[in-house]
Amino acid sequence: MLAFIIRRTIAMVLTLFAVSIVAFAIIQLPPGDFLTSYIANLSATGDQVDPRVIENLRNQYGLGEPFYVQYAKWISGVVQGNFGHSFEWKRPVWELIWGRLGNSLLVEGLAVIVMWLVALPIGIYAAVRKYSLGDYLATIAGFIGLAVPNFFFALILMYLAYIWFGTTLGGLFSPEFENARWSLPRIWDFLTHAWAPVLVLATSGTAELIRILRANLLDELKKPYVVTARAKGLPEWKVILKYPVRLALNPLVSTIGWLLPALVSGSVIVSVVLNLPTAGPMLLRSLTTQDMYLAGAIILLLSVLTVIGTLISDILLALIDPRIRYGAK
Amino acid sequence: MALDTQVQNMSSLDSPAASPVRPARESQFGLMWRRFRQHKLAVVSLWVVGFFYLVALLAEFLAPMDPSDYSARYTYAPPQGLHFVSQSEDGGWEFGPFVYGYKTEIDPVALRRTFVIDETVKLPVRFFAQSEPYLLAGVIPMSIKLLDVENPRDPFYILGADRLGRDLLSRLIHGTRISLSIGLAGVTMSLFFGIVIGGFAGFYGGWFDSAVMRTVEFIRSMPTIPLWLGLAAAMPKDWSALQTYFAITIILSLIGWTELARVVRGRFLSLRTEDFVTAAQLDGASDWRIVTRHMVPSFTSHIIAAATLAIPGMILAETALSFLGLGLQAPIVSWGTLLQDAQNIRTLATAPWLLAPGVCVVVVILALNFFGDGLRDAADPHGR
Repeated sequence: MLAFIIRRTIAMVLTLFAVSIVAFAIIQLPPGDFLTSYIANLSATGDQVDPRVIENLRNQYGLGEPFYVQYAKWISGVVQGNFGHSFEWKRPVWELIWGRLGNSLLVEGLAVIVMWLVALPIGIYAAVRKYSLGDYLATIAGFIGLAVPNFFFALILMYLAYIWFGTTLGGLFSPEFENARWSLPRIWDFLTHAWAPVLVLATSGTAELIRILRANLLDELKKPYVVTARAKGLPEWKVILKYPVRLALNPLVSTIGWLLPALVSGSVIVSVVLNLPTAGPMLLRSLTTQDMYLAGAIILLLSVLTVIGTLISDILLALIDPRIRYGAK
Repeated sequence: MALDTQVQNMSSLDSPAASPVRPARESQFGLMWRRFRQHKLAVVSLWVVGFFYLVALLAEFLAPMDPSDYSARYTYAPPQGLHFVSQSEDGGWEFGPFVYGYKTEIDPVALRRTFVIDETVKLPVRFFAQSEPYLLAGVIPMSIKLLDVENPRDPFYILGADRLGRDLLSRLIHGTRISLSIGLAGVTMSLFFGIVIGGFAGFYGGWFDSAVMRTVEFIRSMPTIPLWLGLAAAMPKDWSALQTYFAITIILSLIGWTELARVVRGRFLSLRTEDFVTAAQLDGASDWRIVTRHMVPSFTSHIIAAATLAIPGMILAETALSFLGLGLQAPIVSWGTLLQDAQNIRTLATAPWLLAPGVCVVVVILALNFFGDGLRDAADPHGR
């Protein structure tokens, strides 16, 4: 088990390295270096540009030097928690994003939990009552859930909420709770706001999970051990829940791996539509204003979180499934 | 018994003149088609997909107006619909395509001018009406449109108008062309990379294979939207419409090739150990010949199915990028740029018909998915 975790961790570190190169490449992509546009911006607003400040910045980021030198300077800062400076907000990047990243994590985590809570009973029902009305309904709902783009679903939800209840969905907190400490009323306030994005984010994943769970469970239910259990007179719910469901759950855990990237992607766009204080809208804004260190840091951190999430799901899977723990790979 | 008939068959093969019954043969695609037809949903989806691509092809003919024609007099005019039968005031029936006119009302709360359908005014509509000359699909000169109001000064907004009084239906039809073609173009490019890279990896294996597979895994473990956004934001703002279009295609296929490469590699791996490939190798056929003559024909259908299933992802991605304002830019009309107008709740509340492009997205994605599923099942006519 330890060997497995170590192997996976090494693989993760390599992936993180690759991720950081990609993120840095994106920082570098826009034509011209950002200092020139920074200086242009400053002079446009009539600010004095102190040549020493410029010289300092040039040194700090290694501008004008080869790619790998710039990368080395950037990444050594990142490792120490210094993600560079946002030119638009004139503040360190880290200060700007950590709160928003927390919100992102919160919403995405809730979405994962909701996905499982919804997909598990429906998936089991659809497999046990195969070809029943409920099964067909679940299948149809699943297909629609997969085909409706996240942001379109969010738009419709917003529209319906406005027409039916006269409320505008959006944000994660009411103004009075925006900067308050966590307390019961604040949690309640959060939940009244968060249900919409969580619902939107969870749909497509839920649909996929139901499909996988149903297929796996159908395979398991045919196996002789289920027949044996039934023949021994176990109550039906025990026959199903005790063994086949546990086996069919494995893929559910492993899905976190491919679900997370989709979830993070989805949350970026849903957050923009619903105007959530998460990393998504800030990423979009920083990209349109070419605030590249901010954008790069957000892309890097979102990807890093995804990679870590995948690692956790790998380890969880190995914990519950000895075939993977002791397997060849 | 079975052996007997077999022997008989063999003898009949030896002397074809002796047997009057010629063995029936069906081509690979004949078998596939027969199997595909059993999948009712897939056949319906094929019609839907075909319909949308036809709309994309005939955009100029079908769209009643130019997608960029604006009219300040009819901002956010609601959908008129298209009517064929109505009862006039004296109780008689009136036939013929027509739309209702508008009357303006002042919203007492917002003090804003709003349009209401006025059922007393009927504006006749003509099929195959004369129009300004145009080039269909940029090639065929024509001067007939499918639909138009008889009096060109009358408003004609079957699906309503947008913020600038542009006809949503016309924009939707032109957007169909862009959105669907970008899906095809993106998949074509992904397919090219996927076949070349996946093919090499699958055929030669070894370190190249593992390098490719690690890369694919890596790309697939990244959240795509932030990556796409980052790449799209790097596009220079002064690029022309065509340049952005191709840049977006390339950006989409940078990630899109991975899935197809995996499929191609998988097929190569499973075919490489097949007897007929070994036989060809022993016969001294070159690698190129083995790949193109023996392997590719046996998995073309799989690749087509996989490519079809990849189109929805491309369309969704383009829509999402353009919706966020980092994909295609304003003068280009696509479903994504159209939905961009519907981004805030105030607009949605006054003009919910602006969500129509989203409905098109959902329908096309569903149809392409069912169609692709049907193709995938049919791709292996001998299986199951």
